[in-house]
Amino acid sequence: MKQLLVFVRKEFLHVLRDKRTLLILFGMPIMQILIFGFALTNEVKNAQVLIVDQAHDEDSRRIIEEIDASSYFDVSVVSVSTKDIAKAFQSNNARIALVFPVGFGEKLQHTRNAQLQIVADASDPNTATTLRFYLTTILADYQQQMSKGATPPMQISTSVRMLYNPQLRGAPNFVPGVIALVLMLVCVMMTSIAIVREKELGTMEILLVSPFKPLLVLLAKVIPYLILSLANVASILLLSTFVLDVPVQGSVLLLFAASAGFIVTCLSLGILISTVTDTQQAAMLVSMMGLLLPTILFSGFMFPIENMPLPLQLISNAVPAKWYYLIVKDIMIKGLGIEAIAKELAILTGMTLVLILVSLKKFKVRLT
Amino acid sequence: MNLSATTPVISTKHLTKRYGDFVAANDITFDVMPGEIFGFLGANGAGKTTAMRMLCGLSKPSSGEATVAGFNVRTQTDLVKQNIGYMSQKFSLYEDLTVLENITFFGGIYGLSRRVLKAKGQELVQKLGLDKEASKLVKTLPLGWKQKLAFSVAVLHEPRVVFLDEPTGGVDPVTRRQFWDLIYEAADKGVTVFVTTHYMDEAEYCGRISIMVDGDIKALDTPKGLKARYGAASMDEVFYELARGAKRSGD
Repeated sequence: MKQLLVFVRKEFLHVLRDKRTLLILFGMPIMQILIFGFALTNEVKNAQVLIVDQAHDEDSRRIIEEIDASSYFDVSVVSVSTKDIAKAFQSNNARIALVFPVGFGEKLQHTRNAQLQIVADASDPNTATTLRFYLTTILADYQQQMSKGATPPMQISTSVRMLYNPQLRGAPNFVPGVIALVLMLVCVMMTSIAIVREKELGTMEILLVSPFKPLLVLLAKVIPYLILSLANVASILLLSTFVLDVPVQGSVLLLFAASAGFIVTCLSLGILISTVTDTQQAAMLVSMMGLLLPTILFSGFMFPIENMPLPLQLISNAVPAKWYYLIVKDIMIKGLGIEAIAKELAILTGMTLVLILVSLKKFKVRLT
Repeated sequence: MNLSATTPVISTKHLTKRYGDFVAANDITFDVMPGEIFGFLGANGAGKTTAMRMLCGLSKPSSGEATVAGFNVRTQTDLVKQNIGYMSQKFSLYEDLTVLENITFFGGIYGLSRRVLKAKGQELVQKLGLDKEASKLVKTLPLGWKQKLAFSVAVLHEPRVVFLDEPTGGVDPVTRRQFWDLIYEAADKGVTVFVTTHYMDEAEYCGRISIMVDGDIKALDTPKGLKARYGAASMDEVFYELARGAKRSGD
């Protein structure tokens, strides 16, 4: 036990001495969170909306007020002609337009069923879709307000309801993704490199010749990364709560426990890579190509898995990060408890056991 | 030391290692006495490393027996490891740790206490003249000093036997000479030194030498005895005489 502590202390010294590693370890997660949080977002703020108000009644006025009050839109121009729409789009003065036809309010009040037209600048389809969603959400809200107590209720023609992320914010979706990505990177790549480095330097031989048990070498190697990774999870969650306004809805303890489980999966993967590679570069390449890319592609946080062809969907099941991503989403965003993530946890545990068995076998083979 | 000076500290009998059809080390039998400096020579691929790995408990013999420091390399590997030191041809300290941190770490994994390590560390840096460098990173030291430090670290836990695998590769002759002073000093204290080398001048420094060719030990004697037997003026000639029949080359 004392020897193990001596070893773990040495590993920490390695990490602390290496400024580049430190930067990757703690700089990267923060960078990613901030970049994803503020730059790479499909969220649109203060978009210019053109209103063509041919109705000029109580209802159109109130809807315009609602739109203007929302942080997503600025009502730029209120016009009476639909010809202004094309002009506004071409000069980039607006990206979406809302048309109130003549007699809109009257129709709504009397027939309880009125139509509106939304025209969006679809040259940027993503933005257009997002804006359309925002706008219909505001309209739906208004219709609901008006319908209260009214008989018969007013016709709600659009029924858009976004579960868990009603405003279609980007952050709740990628925070779990970034956590999965960072853990994958730190645990798999750093551990495999740390172990392979000993081989490359020739110090592994010295360690194997010493009375220190080979298994303890592996254990001592992974302990620092386990601790650093948990620290990383903590810092990401703090950033997410206080900077991105995405707090943990469920149990923080459960989230940490599940993360520790996923970290162990990653660490065993790192050990496995270290047993099949002999140079730090090879270990890094295998980790990057073999794991990082699949993690990004198949964990589901960038590209929805349901839209992939069946073979790819099957492949995605083999990516540990996919299951962890589901767990984090369940706990963090949906606030669910352990019974909701039991299946995912079981799958991860199974993967970990297989990985540990295989890498131990490989590690033993090398010794004889 | 409970074993007397007449009991061999390394003893092998018909030690053999096979990888499939390939016999890496064939029927190796020799004894090494305590305090002896035993040179282990052979061309690349002759089976030196294989034999050494078996003696260090890193590799199980296919057949035959060997004891190191009185323990069976097949069944008592933990006890063997506790009683040997090892330094390899690759420089083997951590470059990003300081001199003292390296001493603390390598001493620590052999179970030396903090108190003992502190005293030994001080003593060691003074002996090597590294007082000023004690808190510097190892990578800032010249190669010769690193090598001397690596050897000192390998014998820090006072092993019965120290295995040196081509310890002086890439070191200039003056430093090599100083390195051998350290080896002699350790041998005087009763540490048995088992050393592989490519340098024939180094072979002359050894008490006895074995020369391996294609997995077999072809000759085993004092440098003087070998030269007399082959009528050679130098170890170089002896080695060439024996090794030119070799079929294998390379590792």
